[in-house]
Amino acid sequence: MRGRPNLFTSYEEEMRLFPTTTKRVMLVVALVLAVLLPLGQLPGLRFLGDSDWLIIIDRALIFGIAALGLNLLTGVSGQVSLGHSFFMAVGAYTAVVLGADAGRTVWGLGLPMWIWLPAAGIVAAVLGILVAPTAVRVRGLYLAFVTLGLVFIGLHLWRSVEAVAGKPGTGRPWPALELALWKGDPIISFASAGPWFGIELSAQAKSYFFFLFLLIVFALLAKNLMRTRPGRAWAAIRDRDIAAEVMGVNMFRWKTQAFAVSSFYAGVAGALFAAFLGRVIPESWDLLLAVEFIAIILIGGAGTITGTLLGTVFVVLTPRIVEAVTFWMAEELANQGTFAWLADLFIRKSPDDLLGFVSTDAAGPGLSIFQLNVVLFGVLIIVFLIAEPLGLYGIWIRVRNYWKGWPFTY
Amino acid sequence: MGIVVAQAAGPGGFPEFVNALASGIALGAIYATLALGFVLIFKATQVVNFAHGAIAALGAYLVSYFATALNVPGRWVPGLPPTAQWFLSVVVAVAVTALIGIAIERVTIRPMIGEPLFSVAMITLGLDLVIRTVTNDFMNNQVRGLGDPFGSQVIEIGFFRIAQTQVVTIVVALLLMVYLAWFFRTRMGVAMRATAFDQEAAMAQGIDVGKVFAVAWAIGAGLAAIGGIFSSVFPRGAGVSPFTFAIAFRAFPAVVIGGLDSIVGAIVGGMLVGVAEVLAGTYLTQKFLGQGFAGIVPWLFMMLVLLIKPYGLFGTEEVRRV
Repeated sequence: MRGRPNLFTSYEEEMRLFPTTTKRVMLVVALVLAVLLPLGQLPGLRFLGDSDWLIIIDRALIFGIAALGLNLLTGVSGQVSLGHSFFMAVGAYTAVVLGADAGRTVWGLGLPMWIWLPAAGIVAAVLGILVAPTAVRVRGLYLAFVTLGLVFIGLHLWRSVEAVAGKPGTGRPWPALELALWKGDPIISFASAGPWFGIELSAQAKSYFFFLFLLIVFALLAKNLMRTRPGRAWAAIRDRDIAAEVMGVNMFRWKTQAFAVSSFYAGVAGALFAAFLGRVIPESWDLLLAVEFIAIILIGGAGTITGTLLGTVFVVLTPRIVEAVTFWMAEELANQGTFAWLADLFIRKSPDDLLGFVSTDAAGPGLSIFQLNVVLFGVLIIVFLIAEPLGLYGIWIRVRNYWKGWPFTY
Repeated sequence: MGIVVAQAAGPGGFPEFVNALASGIALGAIYATLALGFVLIFKATQVVNFAHGAIAALGAYLVSYFATALNVPGRWVPGLPPTAQWFLSVVVAVAVTALIGIAIERVTIRPMIGEPLFSVAMITLGLDLVIRTVTNDFMNNQVRGLGDPFGSQVIEIGFFRIAQTQVVTIVVALLLMVYLAWFFRTRMGVAMRATAFDQEAAMAQGIDVGKVFAVAWAIGAGLAAIGGIFSSVFPRGAGVSPFTFAIAFRAFPAVVIGGLDSIVGAIVGGMLVGVAEVLAGTYLTQKFLGQGFAGIVPWLFMMLVLLIKPYGLFGTEEVRRV
């Protein structure tokens, strides 16, 4: 059937994970590029191999895992959750209690990673199952408020239980990303630089490969879930829950499973995130983090794996780009370069500067870079929802369809 | 977070309980005011306004800006006593917040008519981020006093102690409720009720639904501003701060407990949550509950109510059809 990629002669063929040749080729190309990236060998983008960029990209991989989880819950099964940061925190604190060493005031068992990483997911999933009955009972917007409440209750818990979370404002150290059989020396360490197969790699590059592997596993799992029975049940619930129930979809069972799977993803991602940063304060698991994931799936395109991954890259990398642009503008203004007039409109130079609203100095007046990013998130959520509800994925679909029909417009 | 637990004066026992109850009713009045604005917007326009807390903080900030920094409109009215000048500033600030509410509706909500409720709710979540961050930046991330004439004076009758602001809060909240009850009987109010019932049918009857939306957002934002002002005076806070929005956020459980689309529910829910929070702040101070446990009591209370009544106490149960 060469030359006719959309002709499927059997149902199994159509439902394959990567049904067309194009998709398979693109997957291989993406994998090759992903392996070249941390080695600093990506043509034209060699700087991405620098460790400060790799830290951001590692973060994107972790966020990708969590976003895939939220996508299954919100995008596929239509259950609005503002509590994703809560489940991430549950995973992170499970990891630290199991994996870190006990301190004078904090608990810790010092177990190896192959125990604490899956456990982080499982404990989060159990909590997800505990929340699920509420989700079955309350619907739609009321559920959004329940999950919003989880974030605030969680924040209070993490601030109060110092034996688990450490002191408010300082937190406690997380176990390193090292694979050991038991409490001895690690067999593979993702947290220290060293050679792998004769190639010298930084710690960030090593954790990059580890996170990439996990992300691929989780993405394939999610894709598989979406095309098989659970995914169809979830989609049926999303599209019309009462119709789904009439058709024999067990609401309680599938909603609970959606919460469990989504929380598992969040728990693993939370544990990885905290372990990668090394130290997290209890206040970081806030509403802003949860909204960041909402932004990811809305900007990327709710209900699709590709869209979620695109959205993650977009949302995580934007702050870094905004930072770079802001500093470039400040420099341009200082040197009176070609674009000084443009920078003049953005950068705040004195307290009574009316036009400029961005400040490179965090303490002074004017939006700091962090604040600018938060505002940008908000604006992006609004703009995408109004202008392109299908997100980046929708834009990609339109581009693809244009070339499919070329030279015709339809 | 700056959670100010109400003054737990007195030797305990009955006087302590009565004082806590009064303080709780005052806090409940704040929540009820915020919840009323939220419910009004939800009923009339079918929009869950997550930006309500941010708008409340913005309103309080505007009061602080107009009253202390600019002295608008007091500077143009010479010879007016400072108290009157302050109230004029409040009126201007609330009016400006209402205008901002109209602008928000026109720019971000109007294009979304007919979209799923969830999408519109996410838009307001984005608005929350924008408004909250910009307001915090205006405040320079500091606490800014509102320059209110009440200060921290406390009225004492025997063992009964209540702050002057709390009395004002309760009175203002009652006046607002009366105003709303009256408003729903005016021509505009009837149009709003019709729109809440069925937008298309209302349109077919010649009701300008766009105008109804604008009015609903104006009143909703104005109520949010008033709630925000009372959230940032004694004894709730020393002024408007980056944490003011968190007080306003605790009005959400009040709304949900009452039922998202019930005006009566907003008032009852607000009162319940306010009293529960202050009583928890007075009595549930055991160490294992952690510092500031009262701050999450509204959320716990909300979850409990939802488990028993999934549409809140007074919310309309959705009739589901295939």
